[in-house]
Amino acid sequence: MLTLSHVSTRYGSIQALTDVSLEVEKGSVATLIGANGAGKSTALRSIMGLCQPHAGEILFEGRKLNKIPTHRIAAMGIALVPEGRAVFANLTVLENLELGGYLQRDGKRLRLDIDHVYEVFPRLKERMAQMAGTLSGGEQQMLAIGRALMAHPRLLLLDEPSLGLAPLMVHAIFDAVDRINREGATVLLVEQNANLALKRSRKAYVLETGRIIMQGDSADLAKDPRVQEAYLGE
Amino acid sequence: MKRIFFVLSTLSLLGLLQWGVTTLLLDGPIRQGPYYYQILILAGINIVLAVSLNLTNGIAGQFSIGHAGFFAVGAYMAASVSYYAGPAIRGLVGFLPLAGQDAAVLLLALAAAALATALAGLLVGIPSLRLRGDYLAIVTLGFGEIIRVLILNIDAVGGARGFSGIPKLSNFFWVYLLVAAVIATVGNLLRSSYGRAFIAIRENEIAAQAMGIDVTRHKVLAFVISSMFAGMAGCLFGHYTMYLHTNSFTFVKSFEIIIMIAIGGLGSIEGAVLGAVLLTVLPEAFRGFESYRMIIYSLALILIMIYRPQGILGQASVLKRLGARMAARRSAQGNVPVTAPAADGGNGG
Amino acid sequence: MESFLQQLINGISLGSIYALVALGYTMVYGVLRLINFAHGDVYMLGAYFGFYLSRILQGRTPYHLLDAALVMFLSMLGCAICGLLMERFAYRPVRRASRLTMLIIAIGLSLLIENAGQLIFGANPKFFPQLIPESHIKLGGLMLTNQQVIVLLTAVTLMILLNLFIYRSRTGKAMRAVSFNMDAAKLMGIDTDRIIALTFALGSALAAAGGILVSINIPGIDPLMGVMTGLKAFVAAVLGGIGNIFGAVLGGLILGLAEVMVAGYGSSTYRDAIAFLILIVILLFKPAGLLGKGAVEKV
Repeated sequence: MLTLSHVSTRYGSIQALTDVSLEVEKGSVATLIGANGAGKSTALRSIMGLCQPHAGEILFEGRKLNKIPTHRIAAMGIALVPEGRAVFANLTVLENLELGGYLQRDGKRLRLDIDHVYEVFPRLKERMAQMAGTLSGGEQQMLAIGRALMAHPRLLLLDEPSLGLAPLMVHAIFDAVDRINREGATVLLVEQNANLALKRSRKAYVLETGRIIMQGDSADLAKDPRVQEAYLGE
Repeated sequence: MKRIFFVLSTLSLLGLLQWGVTTLLLDGPIRQGPYYYQILILAGINIVLAVSLNLTNGIAGQFSIGHAGFFAVGAYMAASVSYYAGPAIRGLVGFLPLAGQDAAVLLLALAAAALATALAGLLVGIPSLRLRGDYLAIVTLGFGEIIRVLILNIDAVGGARGFSGIPKLSNFFWVYLLVAAVIATVGNLLRSSYGRAFIAIRENEIAAQAMGIDVTRHKVLAFVISSMFAGMAGCLFGHYTMYLHTNSFTFVKSFEIIIMIAIGGLGSIEGAVLGAVLLTVLPEAFRGFESYRMIIYSLALILIMIYRPQGILGQASVLKRLGARMAARRSAQGNVPVTAPAADGGNGG
Repeated sequence: MESFLQQLINGISLGSIYALVALGYTMVYGVLRLINFAHGDVYMLGAYFGFYLSRILQGRTPYHLLDAALVMFLSMLGCAICGLLMERFAYRPVRRASRLTMLIIAIGLSLLIENAGQLIFGANPKFFPQLIPESHIKLGGLMLTNQQVIVLLTAVTLMILLNLFIYRSRTGKAMRAVSFNMDAAKLMGIDTDRIIALTFALGSALAAAGGILVSINIPGIDPLMGVMTGLKAFVAAVLGGIGNIFGAVLGGLILGLAEVMVAGYGSSTYRDAIAFLILIVILLFKPAGLLGKGAVEKV
């Protein structure tokens, strides 16, 4: 469904990604793990066109994404839940969701979609009239994911959804991600919390200083001593 | 201490050189063509304005658009000194020949202008340099306009009629002495630890702070030095034109100075000089089609900013030198023995 | 007392014009973090569009008000197009450059429009035609002209419309999203270039309205009329908290009132200084403006 082949991206004068190749199968959950600053976010930003790779090719359902503006990539069916959530703090929860469904011009469907998000995250319904900036971190994460769902993405990119959240909240979020995946969306998950990410995914890639150094089935990688030592803290 | 000696020696050397050239030139062709002489003077004043503004805007990265305000403060302060206190000063130094008396009056006026504008810079700078980016631009713009309106309402300096009767004390020698002084000062600052701090602040204020640079102090320092030179330029301007009017000090003048440094290359001394000269000489060349002049200016400014935002000269020269020096120092700190470039007072602090 | 009320009305009238122009500054700043110095000159262009259009259109319809409305609408349209051109050809090419570059371009654009204006329209002031015959309305001891009332009503109507647009419409929501976080807005599928262009168009149209309304009250127009008004409107925007729509309106009203009061009870030569004095005071004590958030710029 999504293929990166030999992608390299610079961030200013810093080489953030070097020759990254990966593949996400339709219907699966794949994960990209690695330490802080390994280039995980840059990989997602490159897919969304928020930064431009200077080499390599990114294909989504056979279509090349390079050089396509971000908003058109979003319209093609990819949604990114950015790191740090980036909810529109000065807008209400409801308005945030409406913006998530920006491309849906049919008002009736928009209502239905919002109801669906409320069903996945009942907490958001309670908070719908509140400014997004006043939500707790976990609620903001729910809102960010809910907002992304509004566009009915076939591919959902998640950037560190567990960051800064209490363990209970993390599980709630990941359960929601499972559900979204079961409902048909393919998921690419970027995580520092490798333990969790490997448990919840089928295939995994390990990124280190901008390069893919290991890849394979998540279950296998979780048993790999090198991964255990470097990322699982065992 | 070493730096002060260095600045002083550079200054006196340049001054001496300038004086020699001047005496030769003044008796030569320049005297004969008052028109060219005037352009030369105005170019010199614009160079001082541009190079000094470049210290705040280009080197320290604090965008001020009120330079004309400081120019005005200096001009009116100095003019008041020589107009009201001039005879008294002459009386005090009556033992000197006339040229000496002139110089004494001018020097006192210059000192008063420098003091007043440095003070004004401090007053405006301390509170407003805590703000950043656009806000500083706004405050300085507001300051410039307030100064103008205040002057317009002070009858002792002519108010709306303008200030006339200022003695003609300034000439090629003084103007270019100041040019030399401003270039030497800014150039030396740039090569000193202060210069590196300024550039660090411009590039990333948070990082600069984290590195232990007292950001506000450095910003205020740059701002005060910059205003002081603008004030001294004002002094020489008034004592050359013998007449001042607030219309010469609107924010359009501030914009003009910004254009000079933007065209020449923000952050580059050579660029500021080039920009100032260009913007003084070009209008004269276009005098025939006055109405198109500003259109061409502004269009050129926009196009340069779009296609060559680093200006004609850019920062390359300055930064390259700095970069080379830093690289040399870095490798010198490592085990590889590298001969560092000749010490130039840049190793302090 | 009556003269005070009279001054109050004059102040609100002037303030509402500042507010209209300030809205454009604040909206553009909101989406691009750019002080569009050329905005005051768009206001001037609006007045000139109005001038030429009223020569063509005046008396074409049976009602003076309809004439005026038509002139107003077409001038707003004309300025909206100017705003679009400015954005497309001067600002968009440097969107990725430093904000300083954009600021210098704004200064260049402003000088360009002013000087081209002097060349095309002539440097001498022109007399703006009377679109609506003046009549007087007595309100208690107060003497109002119908023009003052029309100016005020129009300004208020436009501001209400803008408010509805920004807070109720889908595009308005997108505009707020862009001004809060451009990248996140892109991720929602919002074409940010389009929204930015639209912001310029809207702001310019409001400035045009301001230019015409001011010319109805004070009929002399000249190519440099946008300089001072532009600066003051900008001060109004900062006073209210730049980037904040309500702030712009509030700032405009305060400034208009302050100016009229200073001119009425103090010295009229200080009239122009009061705006900047207020500006400096507000920046020193509440840099984010009256309604703004997040004062001293963060990273």
